[in-house]
Amino acid sequence: MRYLPHTSDDVRQMLETIGLAGIEELFSGVPDACRLSRPLAIAPGCSESELLGRLKKLADANAQVSEWDAFLGGGAYNHFIPAVVDHLVSRSEFYTAYTPYQPEISQGTLQAIFEYQTMICQLTGMDIANASLYDGASACAEAVLLAVRCARKRSKILLSQALHPQYRETVKTYCRYLPVEIEELPFDAGYVTDLQALKDRLDEQVAAVVVGYPNYFGRIEELATLAELSHARGARLVTAVAEPLALGLFKSPGELGADVVVGEGQSFGIPLSYGGPGIGFFAVKKQDMRALPGRLVGETLDQDGKRGYVLTLATREQHIRRERATSNICSNQGMCTLMVGIYLALHGKRGLRQLAEQNYSKAAYARRRIGSLAGFQPVEGEVFNEFAVLCPEPAAQLLARLEKSGILAGIPLCRDYPQLENGILVCVTEQNSKQQIDRLVAGLAGGAA
Amino acid sequence: MSGTESRGLVLDEKLLFESSDPGRIGYSLAELDVPPAVPATALLREELTGFPELSEVDVVRHYTRLSTWNYGVDSGFYPLGSCTMKYNPKINEKAARLPGFAELHPHTPDHLSQGALQLMYELQDALGEVSGFPAITLQPAAGAQGEFAGMLMIRACHEANGERRTKVLIPDTAHGTNPASAALCGYQVVPIASDGQLSAAAVAEAMDSDVAGLMITNPNTLGLYEKEIREICQIVHDGGGLVYCDGANLNALMGISRPGDIGIDVMHFNLHKTFSTPHGGGGPGSGPVGVVEALQPFLPVPQVVRSEAGYRLDYDRPQSIGRVKAFAGHFGILVRAYAYILAMGGDGLRRATELAVLNANYVRARLEGVYDLPYKQRSLHEVVFSENNLANDCHTLDVAKRLIDYGFHPPTIYFPLVVKGALMIEPTETESKQVLDEFCDALLAIAAEAQEHPELLKQAPVRARVKRLDEALAARKPKLRWED
Repeated sequence: MRYLPHTSDDVRQMLETIGLAGIEELFSGVPDACRLSRPLAIAPGCSESELLGRLKKLADANAQVSEWDAFLGGGAYNHFIPAVVDHLVSRSEFYTAYTPYQPEISQGTLQAIFEYQTMICQLTGMDIANASLYDGASACAEAVLLAVRCARKRSKILLSQALHPQYRETVKTYCRYLPVEIEELPFDAGYVTDLQALKDRLDEQVAAVVVGYPNYFGRIEELATLAELSHARGARLVTAVAEPLALGLFKSPGELGADVVVGEGQSFGIPLSYGGPGIGFFAVKKQDMRALPGRLVGETLDQDGKRGYVLTLATREQHIRRERATSNICSNQGMCTLMVGIYLALHGKRGLRQLAEQNYSKAAYARRRIGSLAGFQPVEGEVFNEFAVLCPEPAAQLLARLEKSGILAGIPLCRDYPQLENGILVCVTEQNSKQQIDRLVAGLAGGAA
Repeated sequence: MSGTESRGLVLDEKLLFESSDPGRIGYSLAELDVPPAVPATALLREELTGFPELSEVDVVRHYTRLSTWNYGVDSGFYPLGSCTMKYNPKINEKAARLPGFAELHPHTPDHLSQGALQLMYELQDALGEVSGFPAITLQPAAGAQGEFAGMLMIRACHEANGERRTKVLIPDTAHGTNPASAALCGYQVVPIASDGQLSAAAVAEAMDSDVAGLMITNPNTLGLYEKEIREICQIVHDGGGLVYCDGANLNALMGISRPGDIGIDVMHFNLHKTFSTPHGGGGPGSGPVGVVEALQPFLPVPQVVRSEAGYRLDYDRPQSIGRVKAFAGHFGILVRAYAYILAMGGDGLRRATELAVLNANYVRARLEGVYDLPYKQRSLHEVVFSENNLANDCHTLDVAKRLIDYGFHPPTIYFPLVVKGALMIEPTETESKQVLDEFCDALLAIAAEAQEHPELLKQAPVRARVKRLDEALAARKPKLRWED
């Protein structure tokens, strides 16, 4: 086997050094009653060329976004990834290393994470960001746990129903057996969190209010107002950002008063890859530093006074604090922090803005055109690159018809919002040309006529 | 010195922000083909203060230089105990990047994702065969999240039976994630002392009607197979509890022993350990979970299932614990693990286990005596020495840092906690005798240095890019981001 370097001579010599007669004796510590008495029923191994052939066949049985007119978003976004990103993350000094437990030979990973933490702070308008969590949904759940931990006697969480449905489900799973009470806040006719409902439900028990920015319908929530209302009753405002490119254009949640900003970083240079791996970013204000979940990289000096980086504030973590840790997480999304860092470094101050403007403009064009079709009602008010649309027929029927013309027109809303049977969520990024948008509009019009 | 060390040119590199030069760009955008639009001014953010401005070549050089400050499995031997740092096959990287996988959107309808779903279904089957569990979820993002999902299923199962149990038993050799995951499920953790191996008697003594279950690692973190495991599982089951197994050390068992056959009810896999997916500098991992039939109704949603119409994601699971993350799992990692299993085959997986155990025992045989081996039972895939034999007040940390000077990544140190100054060595099967000999020679030389020139250990490393870093300073005055 090509991954196994032992020759039969090696094996013989090694057994001799150990003082055993055969490989079988290595397993003498495994009781007979625990032994598997037959070979594994898994097909024999194959050559690299055969392997690639089989994988290609499976890959080809999927609808890749580049071969379709695809308008799918909903927490995973089709953005162009510059060649530099994959080239650099393919440096195996990065991807074949592990968690930087030995900082002297992990300075590459550590400095890259320190830079990532800095850029997440700059984007979100926050003081401190950790080295990342699994994804936006689990980061949102960890934010809720942080809020409850920091608020001490408060145990209620208000979740906006306009928050990404999978984020809401994940929060509920994480809190399933913890003393946390979850209430949902409805959205109003403009598809943003209902402020009156929030005012009615905010009380001294609420530890945090959780909203999306943009929310699942694509709307930009009124964060400043939400923050003001939450703070007036002593609650934290948690903002979950599923499409962080929006932060290249819109005011940062930190600037608008959010206390915890979490989100999904997949938009920044990470392939769609059927939904994972992505990366959960997590940022807080200084006051919550010691309550942070996950790994943190900090700057320090070596014995010669030279600048270097280490994992720090580890007393929060499971390997030291065990059942009293701030989280059970052990890893971060190392390779994905690197992708995000490289992507953001390439785009920089101006590129991120221009890219965000392009997304905004394309979505604005698509929304205007779709809104002019009889029977189609896109959400009104400010959106970024995604917007919900109410259609004149059930979403399933409409989407199936457009699929026949090579168009993945959007995501049906009815699984998560049964009352929106005719609703779809349409996402337009820089990857969608005007021609594609026009074909989408023509396709929609064809059905409605 | 007898390691793999030598001299090379080490280049300095500033932070991205310090290299930034206003006006430089590293991106290119197509011309906007629709009318430009902007949001209301009140919503617009100001310039991203401090964000870098760099050209493409600046960025490429920056990260290339950083990469040279790292040590990975491709650089050399990386015997980090409990982490299974085996070689990461390159074809796996290519496989995950095939456009049909990398450019597949998670909201694509099932009938247009049949290749991905088939791959996931077949991976579930293969993991089930290796472990002996009839059902697998691929959703958890990493081992710790797998533990969390597994323990949630245990609690959901008890509650479905109308039972309200409050405690979980965890041996003192367990990874820290075990108690942390149990606590996240609202359980109280009861540690049990083990003398290298957990005894059935100790479990029987701790078992009562409040115990929801036991979390055990097998082989444990000392590399020892828990020889009373069947009896232990029986005791927990008789007391109405369930048994969770931390599958971090599954690399010692493939084709030898299946957790699902010996009484374990739930186990997570670490695809980045046993199934060769890269550790990525800290992640992403992947932590699928296998369960016995009784726990099947509680698996997270969605679950990949097969019917006459093809493969699909099943959300209709009323007793499910829910989802632990967005979408169906770390698919890109699943592709790599699937490729590994196909390449190795059933016999190859068993051979990997045999050679992993051979390698650990070879290292043990070469070092035992010079280094103190506190637990002398036949070990499997890893071996744990203590710092007891080190001369002149030299400690495990000093040995680890000196190994860096010899050109090796140090083993896991100071874990498990039951061994004083633990040096936990897991070579994996992908290292040759030649590499192991170089490593053992280095460790023997270091033990001799401790006697004759302890300062060489105390000052180490001297050949890395930086010397020992002041971790206390980092924690006392936290600087967690760059600021102008």
